[in-house]
Amino acid sequence: MTALPKILIALLLICAGLPVASAANAPADDVAVKELANGLRVIVKTDRRAPVAVNMVWYRIGSVDEQGGITGVAHVLEHMMFKGTKAVPAGEFSRLIAAAGGRDNAFTSRDYTGYFQTLHKSALPLSFRLEADRMANLVLSPEEFAKEIKVVMEERRWRTDDRPQSVMYERLLATALTAHPYRNPVIGWMNDLENLTIGDTRRFYEQWYSPNNAIVVVVGDVVPAEVFALAEQHFGPIPSKALPSRKPQDEPPQLGLKRLTVKVPAEQAQVLMAYRTPRLTKPKEEWEPYALDVLESVLSGNAAARLPQRLVKTERLAAAAGASYEGVGRGPGFFYLSGTPAQGKSAAEMEQGLRREVQRVIEEGVTQQELERVKAQAIAGQVYQRDSMFFQARQIGWLETVGLSYRDDNLFIEKLQQVTPEQVREVARKYLVDDGLTVAYLDPQPLNAAPARTAPPAGVRHGN
Amino acid sequence: MATEMKMKPMIRTLCAFALLAVAQLAHAILPIEHWRTSSGAKVYFVENRGLPILDVSVEVPAGSAFDTPEKSGLAAMTNGLMRLGAAGMNEDEIARALADVGAQMSNRFDSDRGGLILRTLSDPKRRNQALAVMAGVLSAPEFSAPVIEREKTRYISALKEADLTPDTQASREFNRLVFGKHPYSLRSSGEVDAVSRLHSDDLKVFHRRHYAAAQAVVAIMGDVTRKEAEAIAEQLTRALPQSGGQRLSIPEVQSLPAAVTRMVEHPASQSHIMIGAPGIRRDDPDFFTLFLGNYILGGGGFVSRITEEVRQKRGLAYSAYSNFLPLLARGPFVIGMQTRRDQAGQALAVVRSTLREFIDKGPTPEEVVAAKQNIVGGFPMRIDSNRKIHDFLALIGFYDLPVDYLETFVANIERVTAADIKATFARRVDPDRLVTVVVGADRNQTAAATR
Repeated sequence: MTALPKILIALLLICAGLPVASAANAPADDVAVKELANGLRVIVKTDRRAPVAVNMVWYRIGSVDEQGGITGVAHVLEHMMFKGTKAVPAGEFSRLIAAAGGRDNAFTSRDYTGYFQTLHKSALPLSFRLEADRMANLVLSPEEFAKEIKVVMEERRWRTDDRPQSVMYERLLATALTAHPYRNPVIGWMNDLENLTIGDTRRFYEQWYSPNNAIVVVVGDVVPAEVFALAEQHFGPIPSKALPSRKPQDEPPQLGLKRLTVKVPAEQAQVLMAYRTPRLTKPKEEWEPYALDVLESVLSGNAAARLPQRLVKTERLAAAAGASYEGVGRGPGFFYLSGTPAQGKSAAEMEQGLRREVQRVIEEGVTQQELERVKAQAIAGQVYQRDSMFFQARQIGWLETVGLSYRDDNLFIEKLQQVTPEQVREVARKYLVDDGLTVAYLDPQPLNAAPARTAPPAGVRHGN
Repeated sequence: MATEMKMKPMIRTLCAFALLAVAQLAHAILPIEHWRTSSGAKVYFVENRGLPILDVSVEVPAGSAFDTPEKSGLAAMTNGLMRLGAAGMNEDEIARALADVGAQMSNRFDSDRGGLILRTLSDPKRRNQALAVMAGVLSAPEFSAPVIEREKTRYISALKEADLTPDTQASREFNRLVFGKHPYSLRSSGEVDAVSRLHSDDLKVFHRRHYAAAQAVVAIMGDVTRKEAEAIAEQLTRALPQSGGQRLSIPEVQSLPAAVTRMVEHPASQSHIMIGAPGIRRDDPDFFTLFLGNYILGGGGFVSRITEEVRQKRGLAYSAYSNFLPLLARGPFVIGMQTRRDQAGQALAVVRSTLREFIDKGPTPEEVVAAKQNIVGGFPMRIDSNRKIHDFLALIGFYDLPVDYLETFVANIERVTAADIKATFARRVDPDRLVTVVVGADRNQTAAATR
């Protein structure tokens, strides 16, 4: 439950020893909130270090809200949001932002979809006008859709299909979960993308894109009252909608260990283990998610943490090893362990090594010193995060869209400080158990083409 | 994959330029102080008391351009392994001493530069502990044989994994063809054979020669006074090796004699395409013109011509871009994209005709106006954090850019005309002398496009 969503669990395989992302943020007293009559929530955080503003519009809609057969539609819609309204034709959005000196982009996750512009504070009205326009007036032309769906399929090939670790992660989740839609990749299954229609996309837009399903977050050198007035002016006239009911689609209890093998062209074997864990829902009352967060850091929060120290350096069993806890979200939580076996070691040996470290935590617990280190890193991370307006805005939007509050940010660091060694041991004992575990092995296959680099045949090396 | 970030090419390709742009505005707004330490290192400093954070880096000419084919990877391993035992501390003690105060120490490593970057809380207790570790790691790395043997095995296993991927294969081949015998042709992480031959003594010698005080640039940004910054710079450079005098240099890059096209088989679902040639030096007089022109051609994300033609109009790729990477010697000019393998030929044809048209006719006056609006109007975003300003200080110091560069940069950007861009691209980018690499090609597809 570190501050930023884990972008790619597989990264841990090569970057064991990542610093702990901060668990909290700046004091929340420089934050102002207003809810418009149409249900739009506007959150403004003042940061006067530069004449800059970040504007983010977050929708509480992600791949978790997709039905079978249309996986990927939330993300496809995110792409289509750049494809024009009546007032602002396709491509014009980015041109206007660029001409104002700004940068814009968007992101889709399981739980939310977000759009952002970073610009000079004087350009904030432009940003609001454009975002309000596409919240209500998207055109969704079949011609643009036909091209953009091809772009998204290219994105899928690039992001997942040709990357062994991404494929393994995708298949692991699809195996670990039986019912909950977290089992589907955010980008969508290729066959669903191939059969997705403009109608599917339009239906999703019409159902879910509305002010009462959105949050505007502004961080920068701004005056909250002026931002609220601007929001009223641009977003205020958009009517709210009755949102469809969200089915919980709760995952039934896992009834025993699951295993899968992923055979893809690669050089190295990999092991990825996912334990079902609780997620954070009541940040004041709960303690287990914080203890799991601490456990993640004890195992791989710095280069001398347990997994790199023991498995990589001392035992030389792994080329890399890491842990990662995903405990904030609308769906099930997971605690991941990952490892790349060292040359000459097998995936099974790697798995045993990871399990030994889990067992050691259960039997021996963790030291006070390890806990102090984790807390020191979290406190520092909280300060470092204030150096980036983008991260501050992202943190606020993220918490608000997964069912928590931006205020919880400060709570996180307090609760983290209260975690005891015995609690860390307790969550390991309770949740890092086989009945809630799914284990994936990446079984490396040779490239099926002949030698990777062919000798240039006569005639290939020539001018053109 | 919790998040799908739709990364526009701009973010990646403008990176090198963004740092330079930071330089420009920073001077107008930020008082950059600079001096030399008693050991001869150059220091660049900006005081900023807004946050209790200190960012400090020490960088030297120790990038992969200082490798040889026989020992490629030496520069990278030296840089990466310094922290695995130094000044009497073992690797775990180093990592713990940093973590205990919440400090983060990362590596700077590219074709030209090697170094360390520290971010720490600025209170004296924490910062002193972190700085002491950094000073020890920079000055007295041990490069013990057992650690090196272990890390070599890890490096080699990572190299072998990377060697199978289409993007690694494409960039290796591209650099080899663009740079020939020049050291920029070497893979920065080294090759398997070369890395397996490296020995502890190689790293020690490389460190002694390259991590020398007289070569070093110290950049300090944040919550300390000038006096404290002076003491920090002394502390970090005092014990560095004292070799040197003449600055280490990189040979000139030769232009391509002729076009070269190389197809590489690979089973990936996408073809990885790279087109390019030697580009520009960091101090190139054409820099501003090419920078602005490239924004229009393929550096400006969704608003660039390449993205418009390849992605927006035809849906051929998720990412398509062009970029100049200015270095000590001429770094690469590159156009890159990935597309479904059976349409590689079409994508190649589109991007080539886009480039040719740009070179033949130049940009429109409207495109030039829009590009200037973005680059000039976007300056504040390039210095809106301590980290960005710190990166800029390090860049200015390493590449000897004038400290009063902002005004000239803005003026130089605004002075560029459509006619300048047309004339300069015609002089600097020859569409008939480019390297083209396609990895994962269906041969019949690309064959048509290469004729």
